[in-house]
Amino acid sequence: MSCSQTIVDYGLRSIGYGERLLPKTDITLCEQFVLIGSGMIWNIYFAVLALSLGFMFSITLALGKASENPVLNRMSRGYIFFFRGSPLFIQFFFAYEAFVLLPKLGVDINLGFAVINAETRWLTKAWLGALIVLFLNTSGYAAEIFYRAYRAVPRGDVEAAQAYGMTGKTRFWRVIWPTMLRIAWPAYTNEAIFLFHATALAFFSGFPAWRQQGDALYYAKYFNDKTFNPFIPYPIAAFYFILFTLVIIFIFGLINKRLNRHVAPSQRQSIRYRPQFLR
Amino acid sequence: MMSFCQTPADLESFAWFSCYLTTANHFSFYWSFITVLLLVFITAPVALLFGFGGAVAKRSTIAPLRWFGKIYTNMVRGVPELIFFLFVPIALDQAFEYVRYKLLCEDSSAPVYQGNDFVVCAAAKLPLSTAEAWVHTTYNFSLAVLAFAIVFGAFAANVIDGALSAVPKNQLETASAYGLSKRQTFWRIHVPQMWGYALAGLSNLWLILIKATPLLFLLGIEDIVYWAGYLGKTKTSFFAYPHGDWRLWYFLALLVFYLAMTYGSEKIINRLSRRFAKGQATLGANEDKAVAT
Repeated sequence: MSCSQTIVDYGLRSIGYGERLLPKTDITLCEQFVLIGSGMIWNIYFAVLALSLGFMFSITLALGKASENPVLNRMSRGYIFFFRGSPLFIQFFFAYEAFVLLPKLGVDINLGFAVINAETRWLTKAWLGALIVLFLNTSGYAAEIFYRAYRAVPRGDVEAAQAYGMTGKTRFWRVIWPTMLRIAWPAYTNEAIFLFHATALAFFSGFPAWRQQGDALYYAKYFNDKTFNPFIPYPIAAFYFILFTLVIIFIFGLINKRLNRHVAPSQRQSIRYRPQFLR
Repeated sequence: MMSFCQTPADLESFAWFSCYLTTANHFSFYWSFITVLLLVFITAPVALLFGFGGAVAKRSTIAPLRWFGKIYTNMVRGVPELIFFLFVPIALDQAFEYVRYKLLCEDSSAPVYQGNDFVVCAAAKLPLSTAEAWVHTTYNFSLAVLAFAIVFGAFAANVIDGALSAVPKNQLETASAYGLSKRQTFWRIHVPQMWGYALAGLSNLWLILIKATPLLFLLGIEDIVYWAGYLGKTKTSFFAYPHGDWRLWYFLALLVFYLAMTYGSEKIINRLSRRFAKGQATLGANEDKAVAT
């Protein structure tokens, strides 16, 4: 079987298109490359959605932690401690068991033009359940980053804004917010990278893969179990992860450039990879 | 085992629970918590040693050693640590067996990868198939410790390397002005001052190490995740203590365990960082340094 045929068969296998049976014997290098690459679709799906949803929620949490309202403050602090203080692995297990115990209810959501049936059963599936866990988890980590950045906003900037008569929302959106985002960005880039790496946990914990549709590591482990040779599938998975890590660094670097466009070149913060945020 | 536990079916709920929580399986569960603590306390010093070695190698003037240090410290960038945890123990295991295969087997000409199998002769198996169960357990556990130490050593090497660069140049220049040799400067001035800078990063790693311990489960060790899943499963009336699906509660107990570990560690780290900041001419000396986690 030629490699192009393999790409047609297994290129979208992880999301349910193409050949149904996974290769069992005479596994070729091409099959490993294609199938593990196909699994990356899941990692990217989890990372993109969890990060974009988590970004907004984490800023709410960060402002909650910085707020003087005791209820908001306590709640945000507790949330951040919970998600940063316990292993993501256990969070996955716990969430899965909790979702399984939920009564099997179905809710019809009327969107006006179409009716969506939201069932609690979906929560036990990785595409929704694992996404929710990753979203909640990254919100906790990112909230801490944004909270620290908020505290690091120069006092002079805020006082200057006050002197110009800016208050409340105007002061926040025009002065605090851009500076906070700029200060937080290098650390947030690291968070994005680590969330991306953490997506590899999704199919290894509570959430089962449905019809052998899993992520890159799921297929890497599959090949390892079939061939007993870890030296091919895991480096392939590592290769894909490094590739997409570089993509993340590139995209976040562009955003960093834009956030820093008004800052003198000597004072700009460059993104430095610091492996200190894994969960 | 209490004497009244003979017939659990007729017991009241309090007595039932006191019996239920003291079964042999539950003691294995409690023991697995100790395994986790053991792993953390063995891995941390080993990883620190690897990290120190890696950082020193990276700054070495000997080129091959420097390349090795660079490769080692850069290895953890860009790749999920999970892949290392799956890869390193199997790779180490096969490497050990391969070396023994070359040394111990009479006929070591056949390839070890035969189709889909990794084949060595019985004498080269590690541990020997005749070995007792505890040898297998210990061997698997040490492979896990080694895997953790290699990965966290790479992280620690990054931290220590950064801390070594953070020590002010004038300190080292003053040392050489006083006539200290390179070696003396390194051990008496550079390294002692480095710890203060490395503390924040290293305590971060400690918290991360604690949170990485559930990955033991993936290495096939009967750790807390395994036992929580096993004990929590629905037990039918064939079992002495039938109950429904209690996995949620077992995992909740694990969450609480980890949160308590994190909380306690943070308290100790805050105290340590206050002590290390004493006598340092840094901003942090006068205020309580919040430790980044």
